Amino acid sequence: MDRRVIVDIKGVAKHYGCGETRVDALRNLDLQVHAGEVVARLGPSGSGKTTLLNIIGCIIDPSEGQVSLDGELVYDNRWLRGDLRRLRLDKIGFIFQAHNLIPFLNAVDNVALVLQLAGKTTAQAQARAMELLDYLEVGPRARAMPALLSGGEAQRVAIARALANSPRIILADEPTAALDSKRAGIVMGLLRKLAAEQDACIIAVTHDEKIMDRFDRLFHLRDGRLEE
Amino acid sequence: MNLAFRDVRHNLFRFILTCLGLGLLMTVVLAMMGIYNGLVSDALNIVKAPQADIWVVEADTQGPFAEASKVPNDTRDAVARLHGVARAGSITYQTVEAPFKGAALRLYVIGYERGRLGGPQTIVQGRGLQASHFELVADAKTGLIPGDTIVLGRDRFTVVGLVRDTMNSGGDPAVFLTLADAQVLQTQLDPSAARVQAARGAVGSGGATVAAVIAKLDPNVDPQSVANTVRQWKHLSALTQAEQEDILIKSVVDKARKQIGLFLGILLTVSAVVIALIIYTMTMEKLKQIATLKLIGAPDRTIIGLIVQQSLALGAVGLMLGLALIMTVKDSFPRRVLLEPVNALALTGIILVVCVLASGLGVRAALKVDPATALGG
Repeated sequence: MDRRVIVDIKGVAKHYGCGETRVDALRNLDLQVHAGEVVARLGPSGSGKTTLLNIIGCIIDPSEGQVSLDGELVYDNRWLRGDLRRLRLDKIGFIFQAHNLIPFLNAVDNVALVLQLAGKTTAQAQARAMELLDYLEVGPRARAMPALLSGGEAQRVAIARALANSPRIILADEPTAALDSKRAGIVMGLLRKLAAEQDACIIAVTHDEKIMDRFDRLFHLRDGRLEE
Repeated sequence: MNLAFRDVRHNLFRFILTCLGLGLLMTVVLAMMGIYNGLVSDALNIVKAPQADIWVVEADTQGPFAEASKVPNDTRDAVARLHGVARAGSITYQTVEAPFKGAALRLYVIGYERGRLGGPQTIVQGRGLQASHFELVADAKTGLIPGDTIVLGRDRFTVVGLVRDTMNSGGDPAVFLTLADAQVLQTQLDPSAARVQAARGAVGSGGATVAAVIAKLDPNVDPQSVANTVRQWKHLSALTQAEQEDILIKSVVDKARKQIGLFLGILLTVSAVVIALIIYTMTMEKLKQIATLKLIGAPDRTIIGLIVQQSLALGAVGLMLGLALIMTVKDSFPRRVLLEPVNALALTGIILVVCVLASGLGVRAALKVDPATALGG
């Protein structure tokens, strides 16, 4: 397995407010996640799990520290790239708790959209999207609208969308929360397989006890600090 | 992939209902524009109909359309003898109510001398007046048809022909009678005291008068110079055709015109607010999807395109529905609804601007959405 560091966080902190009302969501946090690794962050509500996910996803600014993604230093007390959305499009895939499929696009178009945003032609995007849906065994439901998909099908379409541009980082926010044990196991198995095949790392936020044994490493966030 | 089109297709029923609502609003806007035009056009039609160059009216009055004007019957001969006058004719105007098929029909009666100026220009059905008495030509809006008979005053008249778009500034459709019949009708409808005096042969009470004498001038004759000549006569004054039209627009229909214009302005403002609210609401309903789009890397232009294209589609379909509807129902309005292509073009321009401005509110809200909203934290 390629042990190249994909996500490298050094001394990252995030504060909200100031003075007496200041809240330290993250304190001097270091984290390295390697290619092929599937890691989970655990912690009670309000411990900063989502804040860390948002920082790695280039959605919110850290208050201090450095963030490197796929070998590129992207934050060093300020964002070093102006086009953060393009960075997300190229390097990061998101899997949401509630799948967040676009309701007015069918399954294949939800996946193709990301590819078209990245510059693929309609034909290329459709072909690649179908390939991913077939791989995730939801090909027969490609023309179904999200409202007509079961929870498991919708989550697999969401995974296909996250994988569409072959990102090196997949951020998953409670990816199995809406699934039963069997489906959760299948999804985690799939994520592990994809991480290995695509040389990507998967960072998940989860409370789901039934999938804890499917992660390579578990991190606990307590009072804004990370403990392995 | 056109996201705006996909979203519309997904929520087609709601989109159609919204367009229908907007279309009805556009219908009202177009109707107001048409009524506004119709008011001005009708007012001008009645004064343009006789195709006169000069209106000889009672001194110190603004002519028969603005106030009561009475000039002696024989004025026409004097006017006809003026240098530069090709043709002249006497004309009367009065508004009457006549019973017809169980309802009161309000008519604008125009009396003119057959074979002279002042008669109907284009007969669309039937024929013009041929008999000296008891025939009339009516505007189609009266509901009369050739062969109908109607009692005016104490006499029964037969409808022999129809004209179109001839009504006074109040919207009352016109009927044309011979001058003699119109003058008799005027006498019959005089107040009873005046009629008693006339029956007793009181001096001055029975002298035949007309509302105005109109004249057509020879080519290259300056109407103003002829008018100046008439103004030197005692008890008479003259207005050129341009002055007469100006009086109608600035004086007679001015308040109604301003009223409708103001109402039109209010309607356009309401339309703009409604469109803005619809677009804003549509955007607010999609905030989570917009946050997801931002999170997965969609650029701002994709999100702006989604909102602006939907806004324009809404405006365009609403406008087309409005146009189709007003063209279908415009003839059912009691007053003439006159729509010119320039009105549709103007409204298209206004709706375009309104839609773009309205979508600005939605775009602003969409661009402010934090992509983290998609993650729920």
